[in-house]
Amino acid sequence: MTDDYYGTMANDDVEADQVYTATGQDWDEIVTSQAERGDELLVVNMGPQHPSTHGVLRLILEMDGETVQKARAGIGYLHTGIEKNMEFRTFTQGATFCTRMDYLTPFSQETAYAMAVEELLGITDEIPEKANVIRVMLLEFNRIASHLIAIGTGANELGATTVMTQAFRNREMILDVFEAITGLRMNHGFIRPGGVPNDVTDEELDVVDETIRFLHWRLPEIAELCNENPIFKGRHVGVGYLDEATCLALGITGPMLRSTGNTWDLRKDMPYLGYETYDFDVITRDEGDAYAKFRVRQDELYQSLRIVEQCRDRLRKMQGARHIVDDPKIAWPAQMAVGGDGIGNSNEHIKHIMGESMEGLIHHFKIVTEGFHVPAGQAYAAVESPKGELGAHVVSDGGTRPWRAHFRDPSFNNLQAVSALAEGAMMSDVIVAVASVDPVMGGVDR
Amino acid sequence: MSEKNPKDVEKKAAEVEQDSADVSDPVNPFVPQPPKSTEAGRAMSTQKMGNVRALADENPNATVLEHDGPTPELVEVRRGQFGTADNDTSGFGGLRRPITRPAGSVPPYGEWYDEAVEIINETVPGAIERVVVDHGGLTLLVHAEKMLELAWVLRDDARLRFEVLPSVSGVHFPADVDHELVVVYHFLSMTHRRRVRVQTAVPETNPHVPSIVRVYPAADWHERETWDMFGVIFDGHPALTRILMPDDWPGHPQRKDYPLGGVPVEYKGATIAPPDERRSYSK
Repeated sequence: MTDDYYGTMANDDVEADQVYTATGQDWDEIVTSQAERGDELLVVNMGPQHPSTHGVLRLILEMDGETVQKARAGIGYLHTGIEKNMEFRTFTQGATFCTRMDYLTPFSQETAYAMAVEELLGITDEIPEKANVIRVMLLEFNRIASHLIAIGTGANELGATTVMTQAFRNREMILDVFEAITGLRMNHGFIRPGGVPNDVTDEELDVVDETIRFLHWRLPEIAELCNENPIFKGRHVGVGYLDEATCLALGITGPMLRSTGNTWDLRKDMPYLGYETYDFDVITRDEGDAYAKFRVRQDELYQSLRIVEQCRDRLRKMQGARHIVDDPKIAWPAQMAVGGDGIGNSNEHIKHIMGESMEGLIHHFKIVTEGFHVPAGQAYAAVESPKGELGAHVVSDGGTRPWRAHFRDPSFNNLQAVSALAEGAMMSDVIVAVASVDPVMGGVDR
Repeated sequence: MSEKNPKDVEKKAAEVEQDSADVSDPVNPFVPQPPKSTEAGRAMSTQKMGNVRALADENPNATVLEHDGPTPELVEVRRGQFGTADNDTSGFGGLRRPITRPAGSVPPYGEWYDEAVEIINETVPGAIERVVVDHGGLTLLVHAEKMLELAWVLRDDARLRFEVLPSVSGVHFPADVDHELVVVYHFLSMTHRRRVRVQTAVPETNPHVPSIVRVYPAADWHERETWDMFGVIFDGHPALTRILMPDDWPGHPQRKDYPLGGVPVEYKGATIAPPDERRSYSK
């Protein structure tokens, strides 16, 4: 198991000529002493704890004065072994784990995972339409929330704090919707193999209505603040440029690819969950710089809002319809209620197994301890997450737990572009470039 | 890993049992033995189970059978404490589940698959070991040494045109001797709106696969992750170093023989064991 094939220890004896440890208030000293050695490159470790690295990303920058000669990304600081953990849990419990990967787009991971497991079970066509409409609505709300964070934190790093506060306020309204529907503001575990565990009631749709009205009112503020703002444009236009061919070579998808004029969007090109029945436009721009990425994300907010409105209208007409497959093994646990101890449980189900049916109790025990069996095979399901293609590769050996669950996280892939985005630019542009990638380290490191 | 024809698996398993009928029937001290010669049927099924157990005990890891055509190969017979098998409903037989490698599909494969397989067979002869059409997707099992050549064709052939490589990852099958480590590539063609899964299996003792970074730069970090997590060596990778784990980390965490880890948790007076040490209800 342990083999030092690539001699990770071989270069231990190589040391830097001069090491500076910046502790604050000592920048002048560092500059002075480095000035004496002016012909040499300065290697700067930006992060892993740095406010503009979106979590714990470590950027290793070789600086020649203010110019970045080389930029490398060091990741892994948030690696939590979620994929390994999923191999020790049932297929139902898997949704609870993968939702925590990219914590800003929990529904994307849940959906990709659920779709892969449903493919293995062969029940993709049996998923009730209502479940898919609820999924689409949550996914699109989630896209708005994720893009708001991307825009807000990106602007915050440039000092535009107001944009950040506005973005977070708008996102808060979306989290209210999530809380009303799923019970949690993040890490929902709501989209599960088979459907969604709880129905969306009329009262919850009223919260949706209210949020849609609020967003229509408040979202344009971001455009008014930023779009033609000379400082904002000065920091973004022409920075972090990536062309289409490079994007394809680096496997980059999502808003980054669409900012180069490519129209690839899985929702349109390889539709899933009935996306082909919704009316929306794919946003593209041609410039390929950080400003174009910002504008693509901003315009996508309104397209997602359009889809959400269509979902709401459909759900209004679907009251009482099924929201999870008609298979008690896969559908457990569903129809949760909040009990006195705060733990959700289905009162009907408890009544059935405790008071009415011995066999029901036995089955309950088997499903809880063992889970349902998934036929052997492998499936790859991909969704268009706010950041690009998010794929779930699930391998089953026929048991009740995944033999392997791998997530192709768009942030992980897109972060490879940091070198291409940052090299040759100024250090201050690195921050804009990284923000335009919109990496979330929870998803990158998993 | 598809089980196209479970009957065949059973048949193969039965053949194995017959082959090893001369092996003496061991008695598992941990499984209560049923009373002998009460019912002929039960005795027979116990006998059968005993043989399977003997077989599995003798070859604790694998039983790879000769095959030709679309027969799933038996890799392993996994046994557990609970469950029923071979009509033995007494529960004493324990759980027995055959694990197989995927059966190859028989042409015509349907959709665009036939054409794609033909093109690859023409341009990279001998690359495809087996074609599996399963769960609405095309999987090509290929020989590792042909991987780089195949990647060029997948990307550049106008009839295939898989421009994007979304994902490379690994799967570990410790029981599949000489095929323990499987590297799975997912390719995407934006031109044709198609996906194809390519996988190649290498032995744990010599886990070398050519790197395809020079064809698909996107593979860079994905291959590093696969090296980090599974210990697959991608020859020709520009800088194959660990990516998620620290540089000096021993072992490859996603391998099945690598423990999950964890500590017992005390909750309301009871102690809950870490997940990989709890009693398992399924194998």
